[in-house]
Amino acid sequence: MRLRSDLIGLQTIVYREYKRIMRIWMQTLLPPSITMALYFVIFGNLIGKRIGQMNGYDYMQFIAPGLIMMSVITNSYGNVVSSFFGAKFGKHIEEMLVSPLPNSFIIIGHVAGGLMRGLLVGFVVTIIALFFTKLDVQHVWVTLTTVFLTSIVFSLAGFINAVYARNFDDIAIIPTFVLAPLTYLGGVFYSINLLPEFWQAVSKANPIVYMVSAFRYGILGEGLKQDIPISWAYVIIIGFIVLLFTLSLYLMKTGRGIRE
Amino acid sequence: MASDDLTKILISMAQQSDGPGMILMTHSVVVSSAHALLESPFSIVKPRIGPGKANNPMKALSISGLQKTYANGVQALMGIDLEVEEGDFFALLGPNGAGKTTVIGIVTSLVNKTAGQVKVFEYDIDEDLDGAKACIGVVPQEINFNQFEKVSNVVLNQAGYYGIPRTLARERTEKYLRQLQLWDKRQELSRNLSGGMKRRLMIARALVHEPRLLILDEPTAGVDIEIRRSMWDFIKRINAQGTTIILTTHYLEEAESLCRNVAIIDEGKIVVNDQMNRVLRELQFETFIFNLCEEIKQVPVLDGFVVRQLDEQSIEIEIGPEQNLNQIFEKLSALGLTACSMRNKTNRLEELFMKLVDSKNNHDGAEQ
Repeated sequence: MRLRSDLIGLQTIVYREYKRIMRIWMQTLLPPSITMALYFVIFGNLIGKRIGQMNGYDYMQFIAPGLIMMSVITNSYGNVVSSFFGAKFGKHIEEMLVSPLPNSFIIIGHVAGGLMRGLLVGFVVTIIALFFTKLDVQHVWVTLTTVFLTSIVFSLAGFINAVYARNFDDIAIIPTFVLAPLTYLGGVFYSINLLPEFWQAVSKANPIVYMVSAFRYGILGEGLKQDIPISWAYVIIIGFIVLLFTLSLYLMKTGRGIRE
Repeated sequence: MASDDLTKILISMAQQSDGPGMILMTHSVVVSSAHALLESPFSIVKPRIGPGKANNPMKALSISGLQKTYANGVQALMGIDLEVEEGDFFALLGPNGAGKTTVIGIVTSLVNKTAGQVKVFEYDIDEDLDGAKACIGVVPQEINFNQFEKVSNVVLNQAGYYGIPRTLARERTEKYLRQLQLWDKRQELSRNLSGGMKRRLMIARALVHEPRLLILDEPTAGVDIEIRRSMWDFIKRINAQGTTIILTTHYLEEAESLCRNVAIIDEGKIVVNDQMNRVLRELQFETFIFNLCEEIKQVPVLDGFVVRQLDEQSIEIEIGPEQNLNQIFEKLSALGLTACSMRNKTNRLEELFMKLVDSKNNHDGAEQ
């Protein structure tokens, strides 16, 4: 009986998040689509023609999966951090906190919101990419599971950022100074095999490398010279999900940044 | 508890209320009133259970040894004991910073307690927090709904968080928005509502899961008199239907006219806890307003009574414990005045506070 009630609560958060994403589509869906279209035009079309091939693929083909993944990462993160911090700032988070809805469902509901926006933007960016290059998905399940799980990882990361954040600066610092460098250095625009050995080793400490690499493998397939073994990518992504979800639960239970 | 301490609390509360202006009062009456309060059974620090509570009915709220120390070291609650019976209309009063909102925060799980036990309808918040939460509806002091949501969605979402199926949630949303005169505004963005409407929206939201205990934390702050009265009529009906109400307010006449039991909290301790009528009776003085049949040019002098002129045909007179109404009628007749009608001035609690303010101010002035 209680599970049924909790599922209604979860459904409420998910529906509320969906409506929020759609209500402010000019902030949530349009800007990333325009940004990614510019990336395709400038890096893929104009500069990419001069670069030639990367790991045996046209540069445009090579960066398309990376750009899709980059948009999924930033939008999953951005959705949860802004929605949850907005609720904290406006105090309407209290509506959920005083209700009997379990903490785990509050987290899952917000992660679902991040997932929705991440995948929606990813879908739109994929459509844009098809105007510039051909994408024959080689491993559908690898592609779908990688993008899905990666979106969860960064939704959870956004949730934790929102829990700790005390002002709007705090929700901008992590995306600017941590997320953006990790994404740009995560093999979106280049293969880490191009780097000297030392920097290759350093790059392998960046979890985004595994996510981008696995997603690129899913789309481009066996012809791609693998930067990273696919199994390692899954281990790391799932490991991060478990770690970040546990931390989120702990923060909600102790009330860090939420309860006095 | 020291006389000065109690006076300080009452003064603080009176200064926060929108009470009447300066009231003339002899120092002896003030002191006797304060002493009556201090010596009365309800003024002891340890809360006592009134006679009506002997049958041991279900407790809507049971708090024992509740303590809260904030991270900055401020000790907001210092071991509070409090019980509210099911069906009660209970006033929790106290000056700003006394600890009222901290108590409410702990009961509603928005504040973590440091020590003590809280039970809501026998659900211990340490053992079954979700069970306790399901019983409570809360109307907080500050506006805390999403101002970018439509009015109906604010209520519908809250119903969802409490696990109410969508169809039933829609029915109840309509029911409570209609009852609180917000149905016509259901499609408006909630930020566009007036202050009074926002307060009513929070009441509708708090009621949508039909809680057994409704906590109202200063729900009428900044609301005009007409809306305030309609809100209280509504809340009284909810209470009559069996919902337990806990109210904090700075409008003391509201507490006086609405609540059956009262607790006063100050500096993290309960200093008064008893039935409202016993508290008021212990004040030992009352004020009556007399409408005279004749116009008066100056305040009539009634030996032994404090008289104030309200307008050309109205006066108010205070009656102490040793005085009675017959004495007043006799004295008025002797002056050739006739009382056409008479009524009790209801905000006695507020009166007491204001008198103590005057007393304190006079006392301070004399010392200087």
